[in-house]
Amino acid sequence: MSPFESSLLRSRREFLTTSASGLGGIALGSMLSDDGLLSAATARDPDAFRRLQPHHDAKAKACIFIFMAGAPSQLDLFDPKPKLNQLHGEKLPKEMLDKARFAFIKPDTATLMGSPRKWTRHGESGMTFSDFLPNLGSCSDDLLMVRSVYSEEFNHHPGQLMMQCGVSRFGMPTMGSWLNYGLGSSSRNLPGYVVLTAGRGSSGGSTLWQSGFLPSKYAGVLFRNQGEPVLNLENPKGLPPELQRAGLDALRDLNQRRYQEVHDPEIASRIASYELANRMQTAAPELVDLSDESKKTLEAYGVGRPEPEGSGFRGTLPGLQTYDTFARNCLLARRMVERGVRFINIIHASWDQHSELDKNHAYNSGAVDQPIAALIQDLKQRGLLDSTMVVWGAEFGRTPLGENRPGRNANTGRDHHPFCFTTLMAGGGMKGGLVYGETDEIGWNIADKPVHINDLHATMLHQFGLDHLKLTYRFQGRDFRLTDVGGNVIEDWIA
Amino acid sequence: MTKPPAIFVLGIAGLALLPGQTNAEVEFESQVRPILAEKCLLCHGPDDEKGGLRLTGIEFASRELDSGAIGILPGHPEKSEVITRIRETDPEEVMPPPKKAEPLTDKEKEILAQWIAEGAEWPRHWSFAELRKNVAPSVEKSDWVVSPIDAFVLARLEEEGIAPSPEADAITLVRRLFYDLVGLPPSPEQVDHYRDLIGSDGEAGIERLVDDLLASPHFGERWGRHWLDKARYADSDGYEKDRNRMNAWRYRDWVIEAINRDLPFDQFTIEQFAGDLLPEPTSDQRLATAFNRQTLTNTEGGTDKEQWRVAAVMDRVETMGSVWMGLTLGCARCHTHKYDEITQAEYYELFAYFNNGDETNTMVPRSVEDWAKYELALKKHGEALEKARAKAASARRDLGDRMIEWEARADAWLSEASATEEAERFSPLPVKEITGPKGVEFEREEGQVVRVSGENPASATYEIRGSLKPGTMVHGIRLEVLADDALQGKGPGRSNHGNFVLNQLRLSVEGQSSRPLVFAEASADFSQKEWEVNGAIDGNLLSGKDGSGWAVSGQLGKDHSAVFALALPFSVGEEANFTLELIQEYGSQHTIGKFRLSLLESPTEKVLPAALRGVLRKPAASRTAEEQARLAAHFERIDSKTAPLLSAVKEMEARLPSKPEMDVRVLGERTRDRRQTHVFHRGEFKQPEKAVEPGTLSVLPSIQHRGENGDRLDLARWLVSGENPLPPRVVANEIWAHLFGEGLVTTLNDFGVRGDRPSHPELLDWIAADFIEQGWSRKALVKTIVMSRTYRQRSDHRPELESIDPKNRLLARQNRFRVEAEIVRDLSLASAGLLSSKLGGPSVFPPIPAGVADVNYNSAFQWKVSPGEDRFRRGMYTFFKRTAPHPNLMTFDCPDSNVTCVKRTRSNTPLAALITLNNQTFVEASRGLAQRVIRELPEGDDRARIERAFRLCVARAPEPEESDRLESLLETARGYYRENPEEAAWFAGDKKSDPVPPTEAAAWLATVRVILNLDEFLTRS
Repeated sequence: MSPFESSLLRSRREFLTTSASGLGGIALGSMLSDDGLLSAATARDPDAFRRLQPHHDAKAKACIFIFMAGAPSQLDLFDPKPKLNQLHGEKLPKEMLDKARFAFIKPDTATLMGSPRKWTRHGESGMTFSDFLPNLGSCSDDLLMVRSVYSEEFNHHPGQLMMQCGVSRFGMPTMGSWLNYGLGSSSRNLPGYVVLTAGRGSSGGSTLWQSGFLPSKYAGVLFRNQGEPVLNLENPKGLPPELQRAGLDALRDLNQRRYQEVHDPEIASRIASYELANRMQTAAPELVDLSDESKKTLEAYGVGRPEPEGSGFRGTLPGLQTYDTFARNCLLARRMVERGVRFINIIHASWDQHSELDKNHAYNSGAVDQPIAALIQDLKQRGLLDSTMVVWGAEFGRTPLGENRPGRNANTGRDHHPFCFTTLMAGGGMKGGLVYGETDEIGWNIADKPVHINDLHATMLHQFGLDHLKLTYRFQGRDFRLTDVGGNVIEDWIA
Repeated sequence: MTKPPAIFVLGIAGLALLPGQTNAEVEFESQVRPILAEKCLLCHGPDDEKGGLRLTGIEFASRELDSGAIGILPGHPEKSEVITRIRETDPEEVMPPPKKAEPLTDKEKEILAQWIAEGAEWPRHWSFAELRKNVAPSVEKSDWVVSPIDAFVLARLEEEGIAPSPEADAITLVRRLFYDLVGLPPSPEQVDHYRDLIGSDGEAGIERLVDDLLASPHFGERWGRHWLDKARYADSDGYEKDRNRMNAWRYRDWVIEAINRDLPFDQFTIEQFAGDLLPEPTSDQRLATAFNRQTLTNTEGGTDKEQWRVAAVMDRVETMGSVWMGLTLGCARCHTHKYDEITQAEYYELFAYFNNGDETNTMVPRSVEDWAKYELALKKHGEALEKARAKAASARRDLGDRMIEWEARADAWLSEASATEEAERFSPLPVKEITGPKGVEFEREEGQVVRVSGENPASATYEIRGSLKPGTMVHGIRLEVLADDALQGKGPGRSNHGNFVLNQLRLSVEGQSSRPLVFAEASADFSQKEWEVNGAIDGNLLSGKDGSGWAVSGQLGKDHSAVFALALPFSVGEEANFTLELIQEYGSQHTIGKFRLSLLESPTEKVLPAALRGVLRKPAASRTAEEQARLAAHFERIDSKTAPLLSAVKEMEARLPSKPEMDVRVLGERTRDRRQTHVFHRGEFKQPEKAVEPGTLSVLPSIQHRGENGDRLDLARWLVSGENPLPPRVVANEIWAHLFGEGLVTTLNDFGVRGDRPSHPELLDWIAADFIEQGWSRKALVKTIVMSRTYRQRSDHRPELESIDPKNRLLARQNRFRVEAEIVRDLSLASAGLLSSKLGGPSVFPPIPAGVADVNYNSAFQWKVSPGEDRFRRGMYTFFKRTAPHPNLMTFDCPDSNVTCVKRTRSNTPLAALITLNNQTFVEASRGLAQRVIRELPEGDDRARIERAFRLCVARAPEPEESDRLESLLETARGYYRENPEEAAWFAGDKKSDPVPPTEAAAWLATVRVILNLDEFLTRS
């Protein structure tokens, strides 16, 4: 825990001991504004205080989760399969087919589909990336590549919930909610859990940053790409900041007066919320204002890049500048980390290429490759990578079989494949340059070291100083956790 | 890290161990069960029974263990293995294992040992025990008690030596009741009225207020919304595609209406579970089953339908568990419950009740009001129809001479026709002009041929006009439809195969009749099956397959000809204009592509329908009565006196008022191919194990099945039998929670062993039993609670109690709590005078920040802001899109409606503050409020207006210091806007009609918005 965080906790406790006898005339605003997270209700809940202490020393303080909604093809990005290329056009052995379920593939006539990609080994580790991801390849020595992740969910929305919540049911908190619930936010002026999106809407929509049964203060806050960065952040037209402030002063005075009459700590909490809101009105625009970034930085991320010519990808709606937006989101993520935001979820949709995979993966890879590489390098250069965990992942992978949906002339895409797919991690105390896990020679099943999504989450929490078995919340009599009933910390990943 | 101050560890657990009780007999429910639940049951519960030890009842716990020892031997802690093991010091031996749970404290060990020594009495878990209406305890301060509720609460307080809080002042009470019962702010006039009433009549005044609010239709909205949380009601499917459910609101309206008429909760339950299975269910009862159609629907590409059907059925089972039984049945999907006595097989036995409930649709009235209107219209229509029939009948009675005369003429025409050897004589129809729909062109070619080109609309009427020369004999019309290579399929029609449908051919001639002339019969060289040419003169104008008319599929690409004979041929006197209409309404371009029209100038036997020709020629005396009647019927149809009356009747018969019905999603019982239910291994629908039949939990009273197999109706009746103790406890507790901000059991959805224990068990049972005694009346229970002294206490926090009872479990005061998301909106708009009071109807689309609805995967979804009063409807009517719900709702903790929600959280976040400060809806409310106080007090000074605004929002008048503070803000704002009139215009909305200049309006807006953000305003106190 940082000195700042410990002092925050201390001040919380001090607040508590005074709150029992009433806050009286103390300066509520300044006391509570140090901790917008803390509601008075929490103040009287001893569990909340035990909880805000990590279980062990933490390596990571912030997480940037880059979510590739729709599911990219591991076979065309990370996991080369020469044998698959050899078997291109042949059928899958029957015993494998019988065990599988498909969304669209007709198993009787389906044939394997090789990848036309060229592969390069990068860095000292010699980690392999396809020609779709040249820039990411240059970060290979900082990256942990896990080729053996699997999921049980087969359709997008449930699969996305599985990746975000550790369980595919509705009403569950997402990772970012759990982390903020467990550690609180270390930002005075910004939400602890921010969501950035590029491209079209994802299958899961706002359920991908829900807080489930946790209080809604732990839900992700969607930062918007157009207009005000946070909903309702701007004053109404015609109301200048000084009058907003004057109104807030009057509001605080009246609320304080009320507090002195009825002694409800929730009033103090409300005053604090309004103060934090007001600070956020300045902090959020400052955050998204990139004018203090150097030209070099902007270029490195690709901010301002045009869309590639003739892309014509159906995932890009007219006017959506996905290339620019995604670059901007990566840069914003770094700025948020610098400002104490705990969890940043960058969602990019859609990678769901049931057809025309080569063309559309080229477009998507082009959108994400350079900015992510720039983000990792930038964090590293600023000394933030050790304490910031960057995760790249999706809800599942794609089939080695080509998709032969009826009515299509040729197989140009791949179907959903939850049995094995690849996830990347960097920073936050994870090993760089390590390839973990192995798939079989055609990339159908895991051959070595299977990793369930619950294991991934358990290890992530571990790096934040949290024991996934102890970070629990009781709902309907059960102590729920991010890792549901599974999860093993994978020690091999930890540097 | 240091431990938190001890003061926090007390809480309610501390309350159970009051001074003087520590050496008394151990109380199982408060002292022993919590230890078992927290630290033992994970491994020694119904699921695992590790080592043979099961700690869910003495009958299990006293069995011999795998090791041969006895787990618990009543009276003998030293011979009980449980005690031996908890006292172990070896980390390998000690229970609970350090990895599984926090170690037992010495105190806890002592309690367990003492309890066993005292005989290990082990009552059933409190919530499963029989429901008993306890007698209210006696109390010292008996004059405080107005209801048994108060006696239970006060007895407990007196035990602790705490006095209850004084009664809230009348204004606070009025406001509290308005918020709780209807979710609206009382107007200052209502406040004054009820305050005076309470002042003069005391209890009776309060009762009057409560009765008025219970009778308000807004009660159904307020309490209906509570129920909709449980029903996981939404306006879309959920999951990726998240398609809209444009009919979902109908169920929402059912809920509002059912609550307003106080449908007893047992019936309310039965109809929602199994309305379709009731004997001769009404459409309303079938509609009620939509409760179980609020489950999500996954239409993502490539899904396995069975997987998501099973998921929906599981949701139905688990929702029932949460809402009616306060049990987390979901755990038992995959394995027997770890803590509560619910086996996996029992889960699937419950599942079996729902497994044959199919997702289906039914037609229901759009609303009760619409249906009442319809019935009224139907009655009026019936009366008018009777009148028209009577008129026609009297006209028919006096056909007399006209018919005799016609018979003679008809006889002559028939004779002439049969006498003529030569073929029918035709002459070209003298056409002057042809018109049709816009863009359709008519080219006249040689030989009177008309070719149709240009636009090719789905349907068309061709109007052919011209004039007939004096002396022309008109017996009928011939229509030739002509094939042509230029037409699709060579015609003669313009559809993509070359077909057409002539629905109706209509001829009107000046000087003959004000109505189109009647044709007696038509004939054609060819008619398509079921599209016979006489259909073109039958008066049926319906489009599509409901219509009738002439078509020629089967012989397309050929010329065809049809003759339409008039029933009353005539000779033209003076030159007369005519209009001939070819009505073609079938659709999909079934119109004629090329044709020619002629006049039939010679008599034809078709002047009479074939079946009547013989009849006419018989002498009247030798006709049978039936023959005579048929002939008369024909004449009535063509006679200029009777025909209009008869066709009026016919038209009225055809045009009944349309039923105001709509299609809704409901549940219907599957009768064929019924599904056998199996236990699913680990909840996996692809892994069925043993077959099970419908059945319930063995810990609860048994169920009665009406037939051989149980169904949903049996299940519903079992829930609300009164024997089953869970539903009345759970529901009464939930109603209590809405009126106190917290339940007597704080875990509203968990009455299991890990849930909270009731703070006042006897009180909970009393209200639950009273609920049943009052006929499960929701309104009666609400009234009983709100009339109590306990409810009417002040809500001010009492610092002296903070350490003893920080969560106010003892109810030494009322609670203050922020109102729900929808109500935040309702209060603001109502105070501003903008809120629409319209009840029910389709969901609405109030303003939403740009881009929010786009989060949804379905990019075609458009949030089109509702016009007029629908912009300002109550929050509960906002269209709820599951993957992109309205942020104004979600930020204030509105449930996401993906799963049932029995208890909302109440967060207090900066994002919420930003909404009430800056969001468009709330700026509009502030503007409305500013305009309202200026408008209502045109002569008023600043203080009067401030007071008015204050009272409109929080009911009470401001204290002088509060007015001062707002007044100083007003001055600041005035100063600013005087110098910045342009900004004032932006802020206030520069409307010429406003009574004050924009600078003044803006200053008021900037001031009253503070009141709309007050904690007091957003808080029910």
